[in-house]
Amino acid sequence: MRFGAVAIGASAGGLEAVGTVLAALPADFPLAIMVVQHIAPTADDTLAQRFQRRCRLPVREAEDKEPILPGVVFVAPADFHLMVEPELRFSLSREERVNYSRPSIDVLMETAAEVFCSALTGVILTGASADGAAGLAAIKRMGGRAMVQAPETAEIDIMPKAALAACAVDAVLPPADIGAALAALAPGA
Amino acid sequence: MSTDPADVENQRLEIRLLLEAIYQRSGYDFRGYASAHIKRRLDHVRARNRLASFCDMIHRLIYDPPFFDEVLAALSINVTEMFRDPHFYRAVRETVVPHLKTYPFIKVWHAGCAAGQEVYSMAILLKEEGMLSRAQIYGTDINPPVLETARRGIYPLEAVRQYTTNYQKAGGTASFADYYTAGYDSVALSADLKKTMLFSPHNLVTDGIFGEMHMIFCRNVLIYFGDDLQEKVIKLFLDSLCNGGFLCLGSKESLRFSAHADAFEVVDAREKIYRKRHVRALGMQGEP
Ligand SMILES: C[S@@+](CC[C@H](N)C(=O)[O-])C[C@H]1O[C@@H](n2cnc3c(N)ncnc32)[C@H](O)[C@@H]1O
Repeated sequence: MRFGAVAIGASAGGLEAVGTVLAALPADFPLAIMVVQHIAPTADDTLAQRFQRRCRLPVREAEDKEPILPGVVFVAPADFHLMVEPELRFSLSREERVNYSRPSIDVLMETAAEVFCSALTGVILTGASADGAAGLAAIKRMGGRAMVQAPETAEIDIMPKAALAACAVDAVLPPADIGAALAALAPGA
Repeated sequence: MSTDPADVENQRLEIRLLLEAIYQRSGYDFRGYASAHIKRRLDHVRARNRLASFCDMIHRLIYDPPFFDEVLAALSINVTEMFRDPHFYRAVRETVVPHLKTYPFIKVWHAGCAAGQEVYSMAILLKEEGMLSRAQIYGTDINPPVLETARRGIYPLEAVRQYTTNYQKAGGTASFADYYTAGYDSVALSADLKKTMLFSPHNLVTDGIFGEMHMIFCRNVLIYFGDDLQEKVIKLFLDSLCNGGFLCLGSKESLRFSAHADAFEVVDAREKIYRKRHVRALGMQGEP
């Protein structure tokens, strides 16, 4: 693997929290970033544009079989699961919801963990769901890193708490500090 | 199944062998499908049947036919609806139909049509555009039970409200209720739409070209294929289209990452509508 990756999962309250994390990343950030933000199935495709306003890196909605690139933020489209294929491409799927969600954070993180292994960092932010907890644990099992938003800073702390209960995480921080910690990661990390 | 770094390669090997077993037993070829997708689907069946590994699944599927069918069913995602992505159908009506009208007769192929809702949607659209009597519509899929549903054209009543909303958003010019008769818990689409339709099994991986189509729909099928298999199938579509024929993909699928992209012109990037470029016959002049 020539570059590492970051998988970010957020639900209710995530627009602000994800935005804050992304705002902390420098324009030459060397890792690929993948974001699952829970959103209504009927939402349009403007989520990436909203994140773009606060982010120096290019942000776009991931397309099926799109090659994963470092220094780009890929956002899961509404009503599709986003998965990572061993050929370092995304695939999308309309299979059933996982944790009542499509896209599901677990689906992204579990598939990304098997491909990026120890070069993957998982981030769980605010939300009223347990989605992401199993995914973050999978990342840890594969040798990757786990960061969770400090529950007291989360708009809704259910998702961070579920993630903290699921595995031993490496950092528990407010979103801006998670961004700063990501910015300090080495290119292959 | 919880996976450790050491298991990843082993599990990939087990899955390759499992897909090989399915292929050799039945001819259904899932070997080129998107591997993250395949692994998730197989893992559901494994967990539901309390089997320890994909290898254990191989044994079961060779000796236990109902289990084989369960695995096949799990590998198939059949969700669909009428006028799914209404803005897409609006674009077809506004940008593609005017071209179709220039032909005396058109052939339309819905590849991976599932239970047929997409096919009936197109038939309604063509009827409203006065084209239905000049059209032959083919619906194909690998899944025989869903094709049977497609032939019958009978859908659950509870889906109709959604279909009606979609139809209106898609720019339907009549009333959706004109196209079906309602029963107790289902609706039957009108026989007059069915006259132009032909449903048959066709496997995009292992079967050949479907000749001289003016329009091919293949929506939400390619996402389940790996990138090499996608290339092969896009070539199949290229060879099955007449010059100037249209190819319509699903809302999140595109030709952007395909080596065949240049053979198509982008008609509507957002709605994933493409058109096969005219291939000029290569003359012999200039050859040594
Ligand atoms: C999600 S449905 C898409 C239905 C419809 N086109 C739509 O967009 O609503 C996918 C369909 O592709 C079919 N399919 C999967 N592999 C196929 C193959 N190799 N050849 C033909 N059809 C296939 C499945 O059986 C399923 O019915």
